[in-house]
Order: sequence, then C-alpha cells, then structure tokens
Amino acid sequence: MADTAELVAVALDDATVAFRVAGDRVYTAVERASLSVAHGEFVAIVGPTGCGKSTLLNVAAGLLKPVAGSVRIFDRPLAGLNRDAGYLFQADALFPWKTAIDNVAIGLEITGAPRGMALERAQGWLKAVGLGAFAGRYPHMLSGGQRKRVGLAQVLIRDPKILLMDEPFGPLDAQTRQIMGNLLLELWNADRKAVLFVTHDLEEAIALADRVVIMSAGPGARIIGDWKVTLPRPRDIAEVRMEKQFHELHREIWSVLKDEVMKGYAQSSQAAEAS
Amino acid sequence: MSRLTLLFWQLMVAVVALSLWQFFTTVPVFGRLLLPPFFFSNPIDVGSQIVKWFATGVIWKHLVITLWESVLAFVIGSVGGVLVGFWFARQPRVAAVFDPYVKMVNALPRVVLAPIFTLWLGLGIWSKVALGVTLVFFIVFFNVYQGVKEVSNTVLDNGRMLGMSERQLTRHVYWPSALSWMFSSLHTSVGFAVVGAVVGEYLGSAAGLGYLIQQAEGVFDVAAVFAGMFVLSAFVILIDVGVTLVERRLLVWRPAAAEGRG
Repeated sequence: MADTAELVAVALDDATVAFRVAGDRVYTAVERASLSVAHGEFVAIVGPTGCGKSTLLNVAAGLLKPVAGSVRIFDRPLAGLNRDAGYLFQADALFPWKTAIDNVAIGLEITGAPRGMALERAQGWLKAVGLGAFAGRYPHMLSGGQRKRVGLAQVLIRDPKILLMDEPFGPLDAQTRQIMGNLLLELWNADRKAVLFVTHDLEEAIALADRVVIMSAGPGARIIGDWKVTLPRPRDIAEVRMEKQFHELHREIWSVLKDEVMKGYAQSSQAAEAS
Repeated sequence: MSRLTLLFWQLMVAVVALSLWQFFTTVPVFGRLLLPPFFFSNPIDVGSQIVKWFATGVIWKHLVITLWESVLAFVIGSVGGVLVGFWFARQPRVAAVFDPYVKMVNALPRVVLAPIFTLWLGLGIWSKVALGVTLVFFIVFFNVYQGVKEVSNTVLDNGRMLGMSERQLTRHVYWPSALSWMFSSLHTSVGFAVVGAVVGEYLGSAAGLGYLIQQAEGVFDVAAVFAGMFVLSAFVILIDVGVTLVERRLLVWRPAAAEGRG
C-alpha cells in the first residue's frame, strides 16, 4: 500500500451533518454518508437541488464538522481545515480588490514566498488557464467564465493534493461550461489530483468523472448510488456525449436520479406552500 | 445634448438668475423695489466684494485657516473612525457593550457641542477641529464597521481554504473591505469636515470663512454675507473635485467606479 495511487485521499465514514435551526429543531442535511475518493480519482456527486451536496463538500474541506461519523484525509483524521485541499466555490470568491495576477499569487504569498517569485508563477498559471493577457484586470472587468479561470488558477497554484469543486461552472452559459470542462480535464490530466466535483448536471458529471455518486433528496440525504465511468481518456466533453456507452450510463443513472429529483421538487414546493 | 450646448444652458441659468436678482433689487416695479437692497444686496455689489477680497488678499488667510481646520478634522476623525470601527467589528462583545453610548452620542446634534469645545479648547482652530472630528468620526466609524461586517462569507471561506491565518485574513480581506467602504463615504465625510469647521467659526472665532460671514452679518453687510457664501461654495466644490480624483485612483477595482468613469 506504499504506492500513492492506492492511497485514499478522502474517506467519509457514516458522516452525518445536522444544523440547529430555530431553537431546538434540528435539521439533518446529510445522513450516514460514506464515500471515498482514491488518490488521482475524479469523483462527481450528483443530486437534486438542495440535497446537501455542498454540505458534503464542506465536510471534506473541514469547513463543517459532522455530528457523527468520521472524515479521514490520506488516512489521517481531519481536524480543522483540510490543508491538503483546494476549494473552488460556486459563488464568486475572488478578492475583488486584487487584480487577477494578485488573486492568483496570494496563495503563494501567504506561505511566505517572495513576491517576485509568486508573481512569476501566477503569470504562468494565468497563461495555463488562457488568461495570460488579463493579469492586470480586476475581477469586475472579467466575464463570469474568466473569473472561474482565475479561481481555478488561484486554487491550483498551491498545488493541493485534493481538489474540491462546488458546482464551479453552475452560473456559466452552456458553451462556456464546455470550454471550462475541457480546460479542467486538461489540467487534471497533466497532474492527476483527487477531485470531488459537485454538480446537479448529470451529463457534465458523466463526461468529466471516473465515478458518479448519486445523492437522494434531502432532508437526511443519503448516497444511493455509485457508478463507474469507464469512458476512455483523454476525453472531449462535447464528443464524449455522442458515445453509446455514455447514453446507456446516462439512462441507467437517470432512472434512479429522476425519482429523487421529483421528490426534491415536491418537497420544495410543499415547503413553499407551508411557509 | 452636446457638451457645448449643455455648458451654454448651464451658464444661461446663472445669467438669468443673476439678472433677475439685479433687476428686482435696482428697478422699482409699480413704484417699489421687490427685493430691498438692504436685505438682498445685489449681484454687482456681491461680485465687487469678492473681487476686493481677492485683490487685497484678505480672503487667503481665512481660506487657509478653514482649509487647515477641515483637513485636520478629516484626518483625525478618519483615523479614529477606522481604528474604532475596525476594533468594534472584530470584537462583537466590545461593540455590544458600547452600542447604546455610540447611538446616544451620534443622536446628539453636534452643534450643541460647539460652546463646550470653545470653552475647553479656546477660540483658536482646535475647537473647530474638534467639532469637525465629532462629525467625521461617526461617518467613517459606521462605514468601516459595516465594511468589516459585510465581507462575503464565500470570500472569507476562500481565504481560509487558501491557508490564510486570522492575521492574513485581516490584512487581505477585512482591511481592504473596510477601507473601500470608508472611501465610498469620502464625499460625505470631507463635506462634514468643512461643515464642522465653518459652523465652529461662525459660533465663535477670530478667523476663517465662517468668521467672515458672521462678522458681515453683525454689521448688516449683506453683500459680504452673500460674497462669503459664494466663496464657501466654490471652496467646497474644489475640495469635492479633489476627492473625486482621489476616489477614482483608490477604487479602480470597484464596478461602480468604473461605470462612473464611462
């Protein structure tokens, strides 16, 4: 087991997450979720809206503590924040008062790296995500897709062993999502990190991942399915969707996911009526 | 409307207003003046008063004093507001304890403090600076407090995940956010610094624009009162232009500033 490829990067064991809401009521977001991501493996979590996918990701990041169960990172119990992980958020998380290059360089600067070296490496990463010419722009001068690219460079410059992504391409239009997906695969291929990728888009999940994990509708969401995706790599997100295997897998997973999506939809409309 | 026509119409407004003023203070309508010169003076007298002030150089001394008082009030009030605002925002318990007193002092119309400041600090510039400080401090304080509180949770989480310590979060996240809020209230706080200085001078002093106006009023020299008001407005507009330039430089990263530039 000395080989790093055999190591488990993230292991959630029966993790339950609950929040205290309005006095003594407790809302259980995720119930007894067990999930493991091997080193170098790309795992996508798919589930209906509001099912607690992001909650699970925050647990892996150490931003949330499970009330029961355990989280192990590279076989060590996680205490505090997960220092091995880089996190790409769904919402805009760049520092609006820093230029693109400063946003990327900051990840190195705070570790005490000299500024000149940090800027040089940051420029390299901006180039890698296709924004070499935009170093001096502030986030508000960039498009949504460009901001995501800067975010990706900001996370990757620290060379984290684990990449956590929370619907990172959610707010983007369809074409930009495809481009970003391919960019992500390209960068990931060069240096395979463990990836935990949350999305509500099943097609995106199958196109990107090695494994697709399905969560049930909340509250008390559980992991209800786990499929291996054996489509050959390197993949092109647009082309891989034409393949027969893709369609079969999609049909199979969707038959399970559909019921959960309907359940989630019914619950959220009931909640809206009740309130 | 092109720039030139706009400028033309803007000038026309001034010309018409001044002409009407001149007309009604000098030409009797139905046998009497609608605007008695004793109360309203007239534009020519006001204008010649302004010219005289600048020609003799009397005005410079007063302008410099008012400017100096405003600058001091702004700097001291801002530094105090930033420090206390930051401290309160990062220490919610301290903020909770002081909250009612902050509200109480802020609710007080600051003008009533002027006599006390005169008593404590004399008729010189420091009593005016103190009045300005009480005005500037609260604006900056509330903005900095808000700026720290309003930092987006995602940006904070991002900072933490990138490995920032609390000190680095303060430097790279809380501090820029607080300063941006402070800068966005720059116009208001600079304006209040001038208000503090002028009101202070008006209520008791030996120099400054407020003193000039108050003196003229004391001898019913209405032309000089109006002249003082015009000089004061021009003074504030000039300062405001300066603030706008500084603001553009400091808030380049802000979307709103970019739109304003367009």
